[in-house]
Amino acid sequence: MQQEITHHLNDALLMGYSAGVLPEAFNLIVAAHVSMCDECRARLAEFDAVGGEVVATGETAEMAPDSLARTLAAIAEAPADADDAEERRQAQAAPGSVPRPVRDYIGGDLDAVKWRRVGGGVRQAVLPTSADASARLLHIPAGCAVPDHGHAGTELTLVLQGAFRDETDRFGAGDVEVADADLDHQPVAEEGEDCICLAATDAPLKFNSMLPRLAQPFLRI
Amino acid sequence: MAWVAHVEAIRDRKDQAAFAEIFGHFAPRVKAFLMKSGTSPELAEECTQEVMTTLWRKAHMFDPAKASVSTWIFTVARNRKIDILRKERRPEPDDLPWGPEAEPEQEEVMVIQQETRKLGEALADLPDKQKDLIFKAYYGELSHSEIAEQTGLPLGTIKSRIRLALDRLRRQMT
Repeated sequence: MQQEITHHLNDALLMGYSAGVLPEAFNLIVAAHVSMCDECRARLAEFDAVGGEVVATGETAEMAPDSLARTLAAIAEAPADADDAEERRQAQAAPGSVPRPVRDYIGGDLDAVKWRRVGGGVRQAVLPTSADASARLLHIPAGCAVPDHGHAGTELTLVLQGAFRDETDRFGAGDVEVADADLDHQPVAEEGEDCICLAATDAPLKFNSMLPRLAQPFLRI
Repeated sequence: MAWVAHVEAIRDRKDQAAFAEIFGHFAPRVKAFLMKSGTSPELAEECTQEVMTTLWRKAHMFDPAKASVSTWIFTVARNRKIDILRKERRPEPDDLPWGPEAEPEQEEVMVIQQETRKLGEALADLPDKQKDLIFKAYYGELSHSEIAEQTGLPLGTIKSRIRLALDRLRRQMT
């Protein structure tokens, strides 16, 4: 799967994630994509290194006189975390069908998702994140389309399973589409396998037909 | 190899002298970073102590083949900052299954540490205006779209080094 990823995160998203300025829903997309993509994992490591240099070469502030003593006292109370290597190995030995950060937000694997119908056979599930952006899982049956929509802000769509096409390109598992306000698109799932995506947007979607727009307040999209 | 031996001494021998040195160097920098990011001096002091406590407790998690000590401390401080300032979860990527090998290759460690130093030098050589913007971005003063307008970061070859290590790991796994 690693070799097949052709649509990556851009520098602004990686740097924003590293600097910690993205909305939680965008952080989730970045963490999930990096889980699936070594290229972006390496690029993120580089942005973290920039952050490290910002701290290392930045200003200093005077510590309280008893600062070290208090820190050592806190350490004495709870010396070291248990080495959770075994736990991590077990978690990796039983991989789910979606990356761990997504499983954390679902509270289980894909079979634990509480889907709601949004029309046209498409189902979605909103994930709990901070209100400055929203994240949701989309289940698009093979060959079906997501309602034609434009965006007021940025929409990030990460393919977790299957593939979709829209006016711009084909997106397969691990690929992420970064859609800005000027993209009006209609993603269609490829034939053969249902497509499951994680989508995040920092503004409400604008559907181009009446029904979904009416339904929008109830669907929290 | 700056500071790597200190973290290893903390991990292997619970070396308080090594910890005191690393504290003396990094704690004032972490505190300034948190204050620049908008925390009060009192909160920054408290959080810095927590960050340094985490360094001790999680010394066994530090992998010098993937990051320098300053990079690692930055990620801990940043996560703590998001925690206190935004009070929300920080989704982190899945850990890679770093095979059965316990100790990373010394050469890999050296290369990553050297590359990080070079990155620091390249950042220092930037025109003040650009350097200022990078610092502002990491202090949380730029929005996502303002970050998008930035170009020309002097990123070196850390990425390709880490990429090589990841490729080798993937080959070992299959």
